[in-house]
Amino acid sequence: MIDKFVPDIATAMAGIKDGATIMLGGFGNVGQPIPLVDHLAEMGLKDLTIIANNAGAAFGGMTKLLETGAIAKVVCSYPRSTESSIFSDLYKEGKIKMELTPQGTLAERIRAASAGVPAFFTPTGAGTLLAAGKETREINGRLCVLETALHADVALLLAWEADRWGNLNYHLTGRNFNPVMAGAAKLTIAQCLHKVELGELPADAVMTPGIYVNRVVHIPEAA
Amino acid sequence: MSATLNAIKGLTRDQIAARAAADIPEGWAVNLGIGVPTLIADHITDREVIFHAENGLLGVGPKPPAGEENPWIINAGKQFVTMLPGASTMGSSDSFAIIRGGHLDLAVLGGYEVSEAGDLANWSTGENDVCPAVGGAMDLGAGAKQVWVLMDHTTKSGQPKLVEKCGYPLTALASVTRVYTNLAVIDITPRGFVLVECAPGVIFEDVQARTGAKLHHPD
Repeated sequence: MIDKFVPDIATAMAGIKDGATIMLGGFGNVGQPIPLVDHLAEMGLKDLTIIANNAGAAFGGMTKLLETGAIAKVVCSYPRSTESSIFSDLYKEGKIKMELTPQGTLAERIRAASAGVPAFFTPTGAGTLLAAGKETREINGRLCVLETALHADVALLLAWEADRWGNLNYHLTGRNFNPVMAGAAKLTIAQCLHKVELGELPADAVMTPGIYVNRVVHIPEAA
Repeated sequence: MSATLNAIKGLTRDQIAARAAADIPEGWAVNLGIGVPTLIADHITDREVIFHAENGLLGVGPKPPAGEENPWIINAGKQFVTMLPGASTMGSSDSFAIIRGGHLDLAVLGGYEVSEAGDLANWSTGENDVCPAVGGAMDLGAGAKQVWVLMDHTTKSGQPKLVEKCGYPLTALASVTRVYTNLAVIDITPRGFVLVECAPGVIFEDVQARTGAKLHHPD
């Protein structure tokens, strides 16, 4: 019997190592698996690369990950948070690296990784500082920049409902980066708020097919 | 020279938003940037315009009454919003395909500078910016069918924000089609800046004196 549910967070997060590249779903804290991030912060890891739209924005476990120096680099579009200046302080002091990426390019680079596309050209960012050093080409009269696929070792997601095959769906604007990250990591771990029986999710209501998902942990609290 | 000019107040921020709102026809799909552009939605009450939030919501409704916020319904500014009947939610990949694939009729953004070629600078103040953040600005700038910019005509110290060439780091090349300021509405055409209209009490010469590039009369 296929059963991707694991009994607790520790089992879900087992095997994440120093130096890992980790994707976090969420837009701000909506759709972010906060209990998994909190647990990540307790694991005492080092040299992590965090890929998330708001990586750097300090809330929940991210604050501790930043404070303890667990993060070597972030890949993000919007690292600011109104509550805390910890990321900008670390960045100013050169203690953390940042790869700033336009938000749509971030989503598309992750999608490319999940779909086996090594790189793609886009006009977004062409001619700006964020294209510095990248290959450019004029396509149909428009300057475009080459962007590469963004892979991860681990993706940490927040789903609304899940079944034991790892089929997932998401709630309202909690979907954001979660489904696209599901296919871009070697190990995809989802927190679900609701556990459902196999067959309960209508086939055409599954937003992330279970093939992308390795482990699911049922934690009913969003935060 | 700009230092010797008398200050002209012109329109308030809400009036700039109302002026831009008047030009948005029924049926358009529009993304409103954070800040003054967000005020536009309050001025569209008599027709259906579909507002897009790049975190994955098409059909954004007004702010919910206090106590009725749904924590799962936010906009790209991370504010609680509502959904209109007919709204749809999507993941970030699909949401940015809407933007980058040219499906939005309009993006309305704030700006630090706009050049006469339509280049936009609105995400970074360059060396002063210790921790730059870009969000969806470059995608919106490059992807929407039209890009309108709402901003004050000059900086607080009176320097023009409509310029020959942007000094701040660029957001997008040749993308802005129209600018709404406290002093005027200006189109960006192959000729450069073309005055569409002045705010009440403002004349062409006032606008030209506060613009860092040649201002053309309409045809």
